[in-house]
Amino acid sequence: MDLITFLTEPLQYGFLTRALIVTLAAAVVASVLSCWLILMGWSLMGDAVSHAVLPGVALAYIVGVPFSIGAFIFGAGAVALIGGVKATTKLKSDTVIGVVFTALFAVGLAIVSRTPSQVDLMHILFGNVLGVTDGELWQVVILGAITLAVVLFKRRDLTLFAFDRTHAHVIGLNTKLLSTLLLGLLALSVVVGLQAVGIILVVAMLITPGATAFLLTKSFDRMLILAASITAVASVAGIYASYYLDISTGASVVLAQALVFVLVYLFAPRTGLLSQGRRRRSQRAALPATGMVG
Amino acid sequence: MTTPAYPRHPAIAVEHLTVSYGDVTALSDVSIELQPGQVCGLIGVNGSGKSTLFKCIMGLVQPQRGTLAIFGLDHQSARKKRMVAYVPQSEDVDWTFPISVGDVVLMGRYAHMGPSRRASRGDRAAVEAALERVGLAELRNRQIGELSGGQKKRAFVARSIAQDAQLLLLDEPFAGVDKASEATLVDLLRELRNEGRSALVSTHDLAGIPQLCDEAVLLHNRVLAHGLPADVLTHHNLARAFGPVTAGSSSVPAQNGA
Repeated sequence: MDLITFLTEPLQYGFLTRALIVTLAAAVVASVLSCWLILMGWSLMGDAVSHAVLPGVALAYIVGVPFSIGAFIFGAGAVALIGGVKATTKLKSDTVIGVVFTALFAVGLAIVSRTPSQVDLMHILFGNVLGVTDGELWQVVILGAITLAVVLFKRRDLTLFAFDRTHAHVIGLNTKLLSTLLLGLLALSVVVGLQAVGIILVVAMLITPGATAFLLTKSFDRMLILAASITAVASVAGIYASYYLDISTGASVVLAQALVFVLVYLFAPRTGLLSQGRRRRSQRAALPATGMVG
Repeated sequence: MTTPAYPRHPAIAVEHLTVSYGDVTALSDVSIELQPGQVCGLIGVNGSGKSTLFKCIMGLVQPQRGTLAIFGLDHQSARKKRMVAYVPQSEDVDWTFPISVGDVVLMGRYAHMGPSRRASRGDRAAVEAALERVGLAELRNRQIGELSGGQKKRAFVARSIAQDAQLLLLDEPFAGVDKASEATLVDLLRELRNEGRSALVSTHDLAGIPQLCDEAVLLHNRVLAHGLPADVLTHHNLARAFGPVTAGSSSVPAQNGA
């Protein structure tokens, strides 16, 4: 099979083209946001929000409203609940996050188990990107575009907030608003990513791209561009791999991103494991052995 | 060059400030007045309330009792007018953050910019001038964590200069800074003072106080002493603030002995 056929054959199927669009949109939006999340140490928050939307998605399907509305309400609600409990107890934040998201996830499972015919739990948990309807595609594209536009417009404030929120406060910026904005954007990108890879794996798209890009650069702007472009390529590769190797699309996309991370982790020019080892060895060779080193 | 923005008002006027966290009293009936164009050392052990006082001035902690004015304004208005700058303690900064020295200094200009924080030519010029001023112009593209201890501090002072703040709050600026860099930093702060800016410097490094500070406040949840450094840093006062062992140690400058 030649390359052209290899690339175009899957696109004859409308459902695969839709899957490609949804996955690309979701992955790029999440990858951009992930750059701030990993620097803030909010990875667990991403995990929490994604699990907490389960009751929202289930209820939305039962009531018959767009899934994104239910997901966003519960995602934002989980964030508010976590913030509220944290502010009124002395519990550490990972504890509060753990309590809130598992409880909401269980609520979701309970709802689904009572109404098995209306909701396909497997599709919500693991994504159903090959079965995306036109309506769902538009939800993803529009919400994704809004999220990306807001993130890019406020990117400098978000970076200041992530780097030094005391300075942000001292120069008169509203840090509560910035924190709420970032959490809202997190909830939105979870909603956007649900269709592509499902509730369980959406957090991967919110962590892995930022982590990969962080290992490659010392400039935040370059980190954003790297995260988005690496993710775009990995997602497309993931979709094709899922078609030709006949594996679950969500898993395939997340695996492709993880594979890039592993490659960068091993081979990155400055931070990679191999170049670190090389540096250590050449340092040891340069210094005459004292017997104390190594 | 710069004259104090509000010369008739004290840079900081704190009256009867009381802050407690649960059962723990951090500040008890603290009253301090700092005149503009002065560098004031805020001296005390860990837990003496230095950080709490800073947080009150920055509006991060609301006192249970007492009043606070910055150049005659409440902390909110002072922040809106970009009058206060904060130089954080080393351990409060994420030194692995992918940001360059120049971009850190540029953040001092954010309050001067529009909602998307796009830098104007004026902003760029202010950053350039601030970097030149602290001697970091050549290192502007370095990642912030790749600077030495003293350079890191100067980068954050440059951010305050770019901000054109009238009151600088420096939290333990000499921790992790070698003696030569400390001297550079002291010179820089004295220059800024000569322009009419004010600074409150929290430290437990007593050796640097007489060179740097015009006045000193000895804090131990309440004000133990406030006045000229030589009058504040007596053995008697230091024993009350630090306990008798520390007061007798070599970290106390001999010329200030009782």
